[in-house]
Amino acid sequence: MAEKINLILKIWRQKNRDDKGHFSEYEARDIDKDMSFLEMLDIVNDKLIVEGKEPIAVDSDCLEGICGTCGAMVNGQPHGPQRGSALCQLHVRHFKNNDVLVIEPFRSRAFELIKDLVVDRSAFDRIIAAGGYISVKTGSAPEANFIPVSKETADLAMDAAACIGCGACVAACPNASAMLFTAAKISHLVLLPQGQLEKKRRTREMVKQMDLEGFGNCSNLYECEAVCPKKIKVSNIARLNREYLRAVR
Amino acid sequence: MDLDSKIPAGPLPEKWTRHKNNLKLVSPANKRKFTLLVVGTGLAGSSAAASLSEIGYKVKIFCINDTPRRAHSISAQGGINAAKNYPNDGDSVERLFYDTIKGGDFRSREANVYRMAELSNVIIDQCVAQGVPFAREYSGYLANLSFGGAQVSRTFYARGQTGQQLLLGAYSALMKEVVRGGVEVHTRCEMQDIVLIDGKAKGIVVRDLVSGKIESYAGDAVILATGGYSNVFYLSTNAKSGNLSAAWRTHKKGAYFANPCFTQIHPTSIPAKGEYQSKLTLMSESLRNDGRIWVPMQKGDTREPNQIPEKERDYYLERKYPAFGNLMPRDIASRAAKEVCDGGRGVGPTGQAVYLDFADALERLGQDTLKERYGNLFEIYERITDRNAYEEPMTIFPAPHYTMGGLWVDYNLMSTIPGLFAIGEVNFSDHGANRLGASALMQGLTDGYFILPYTIAEYLADETPGEFSVGHEEFKAVEQAVAENIKKILSIKGRRTVNQIHRELGMLLWENCGISRSRAGLKEAAEKIPALREEFWENAVVGGSADDLNQSLEKALRVADYLEFAELIVGDALHREESCGGHFRTEYQTDESEAKRNDKEFCYVAAWEFNNDDGFVLHKEELTFEHINLGERKY
Ligand SMILES: Cc1cc2nc3c(=O)[nH]c(=O)nc-3n(C[C@H](O)[C@H](O)[C@H](O)COP(=O)(O)OP(=O)(O)OC[C@H]3O[C@@H](n4cnc5c(N)ncnc54)[C@H](O)[C@@H]3O)c2cc1C
Ligand code: SF4
Ligand code: FES
Repeated sequence: MAEKINLILKIWRQKNRDDKGHFSEYEARDIDKDMSFLEMLDIVNDKLIVEGKEPIAVDSDCLEGICGTCGAMVNGQPHGPQRGSALCQLHVRHFKNNDVLVIEPFRSRAFELIKDLVVDRSAFDRIIAAGGYISVKTGSAPEANFIPVSKETADLAMDAAACIGCGACVAACPNASAMLFTAAKISHLVLLPQGQLEKKRRTREMVKQMDLEGFGNCSNLYECEAVCPKKIKVSNIARLNREYLRAVR
Repeated sequence: MDLDSKIPAGPLPEKWTRHKNNLKLVSPANKRKFTLLVVGTGLAGSSAAASLSEIGYKVKIFCINDTPRRAHSISAQGGINAAKNYPNDGDSVERLFYDTIKGGDFRSREANVYRMAELSNVIIDQCVAQGVPFAREYSGYLANLSFGGAQVSRTFYARGQTGQQLLLGAYSALMKEVVRGGVEVHTRCEMQDIVLIDGKAKGIVVRDLVSGKIESYAGDAVILATGGYSNVFYLSTNAKSGNLSAAWRTHKKGAYFANPCFTQIHPTSIPAKGEYQSKLTLMSESLRNDGRIWVPMQKGDTREPNQIPEKERDYYLERKYPAFGNLMPRDIASRAAKEVCDGGRGVGPTGQAVYLDFADALERLGQDTLKERYGNLFEIYERITDRNAYEEPMTIFPAPHYTMGGLWVDYNLMSTIPGLFAIGEVNFSDHGANRLGASALMQGLTDGYFILPYTIAEYLADETPGEFSVGHEEFKAVEQAVAENIKKILSIKGRRTVNQIHRELGMLLWENCGISRSRAGLKEAAEKIPALREEFWENAVVGGSADDLNQSLEKALRVADYLEFAELIVGDALHREESCGGHFRTEYQTDESEAKRNDKEFCYVAAWEFNNDDGFVLHKEELTFEHINLGERKY
């Protein structure tokens, strides 16, 4: 039998955008250390439901760190204390008996709050829509091996393409900048030969949209890289800056 | 109604080409007038919506997720098949076709499977052009892996994140159409029901998950791309939002449901830990390229795995199936794991697990290569179990993973409701009684990119575009029924949580309608399901209101549908008195304990009709094999 612990949770409750919001305290008792953080919240929620109280709204889906749906601040850190993983991959074993966990939504001007820990990250979709693609239509592609790509390049592109669009980078940044997210997509595509033709327009339009959405500027604090569950590197931001200069020249 | 599969005449390799040439077309000027409603933004839905918009249709697409990019397809790990034969190891369209038919234990349509194999190659072309960063050789050309049920290397992959990269490709194609004005995306929006006018699909009613509003959308066709129903088992490898509701509601309005009992239990998932477990995590099949599966020879051997000497280990797949070894198809590998665990040789704290060992591969390839191939999987494993699989074998166990059954569709991917199409995992079409690894992504994308955009015209060409608006009384009637259902569910004031009831249903199905099934067990389940459904409607507790984000209500609505569907899955399993693929009936096995098909009596697709008075009514689509011989499925 795995060891059991008790935790004190201080969770941000807010009915909707217009509500003022407040912290509420909950006790999570007899929690198996092998349990995931979100399974622990399930237990708290089931209890609330049975007591006729409003459960805590929290987003998740894949529970394996790939869909980017989950995300919250745990003691001030996006996705909690464990590096290189999403909130759904965090396990209770990272905490000690009677620890107090302060749990809040990702906060940023561009991410409007929907309810409790759930925020609206559709700004990311609009950044991608602005140009985060190669405009190839279905049916017009050449034979795949006509376009060789060196292994090193393909690996670098893959590193950048691994972004799950969770928004932790924005939540971690004092300026609420979306540079890491945007740079990841721009890097993924600009590294590949297929992405060359549209690179200038892509870079200009995506950056423009990013600014329109109300994300802040990057002042090289690198908090984003530290919290990114996919370990997206800030060197991508440098690449974005280079591409941007070329694109607006 | 007679089932007309609309399989075109002619020799198998020419069917699709001939069919395409004979399909009706809709002119560009007219395409603009048609509105198509796509439900689901996974590989199937996103690729279809993007392609349909590119050729001129107006598309509205809906998903439960907060953005199309998070659909369940994102979590596919291992890879996607194609018959490119880049490794020069003897692959061909014919061979991919044959492996898939055989893998499905001869319970799928030849014509559909051949078409999928034929189109597999252009998918890779399309995805590379979109910038999908597939793995490459040092030469710069595309790399391949082997997957179960094949003796060639035909699987393309992007680390252990192939589904993510393919979906991001389809999502980017979709978003490019959004800016162009061809596609309208509705996120956090759950389809509740379909609207039929004069028997044809003319719209849907959805619930806006944030405001709780019930809204109608009118269209000239409805395309379901809502994924599979593995979550009926409660614990599965699927994303938590995965559900059957959209398909189930259409079933209740006339769409036949085919082969519901054909479900896939994947052999390699991380074993469950306790009651609280909310989901199981898959360890990709690709691991079986380099990992070896074993259990101790001795019953109840409690030594640490590394303490057990080589000669006291039973590499049971390699022993029983030397030609395919660890790369046996999933159904057989899962059954074998259950067999050794039932025999008392399972490992881990519950005895419900087997080892997947990389020690040999480490020696042969070194840690760097292993890390490059499977690094993210080893990491996922470590996050969950707190164990390092570079140092000791993984423990794994089978888990519900994929559903071959689904809405019945004809060769044009249209269901028995005119104007309702089903693509991707939600249809039944290509995998028979068992799906081979890396074939779901292939199917979803062929359906979406390369089949539906052609075949849908055959239906639309005879329709008047925009004939009905949401003001029509049918829309009002469905909206009202949906609202009432929600009201009813919120009014249950019981004591058991929806999770508890769902878990109980899942256990019941897992035990009696899971890896192996017996008449007695199925009958027992069939008896218990109605009682559990009653318990739900009397004693569940849902809470919250209908007018805002209410995740508990969303869950309850989905579970209510599973409680109805459970009866069909069990009924289908009971009626199919043979063993084939993932459907293993203990009464029907060979002397070597392998599945024993009964081609004389059961070589058909079981398509069930929902009938309010008579319950589920069976319709049979006989399967005919012209191109290949119906052989024993030997590996
Ligand atoms: C862990 C895992 C790994 C896998 N790995 C592989 C692999 O390596 N290779 C392979 O070939 N296959 C793999 N598969 C299988 C494959 O991922 C799926 O079969 C496939 O992605 C299904 O795609 P889809 O487009 O049909 O549906 P999904 O991707 O499941 O998408 C369903 C969509 O429908 C939406 N939806 C559902 N209901 C509603 C509703 N009522 N209203 C509105 N929207 C709704 C959802 O929001 C979502 O957008 C894997 C599966 C799992 C679980
Ligand atoms: S860059 Fe990292 S933190 Fe930011 S959205 Fe992508 S995965 Fe999340
Ligand atoms: S739930 Fe998918 S990344 Fe956490």
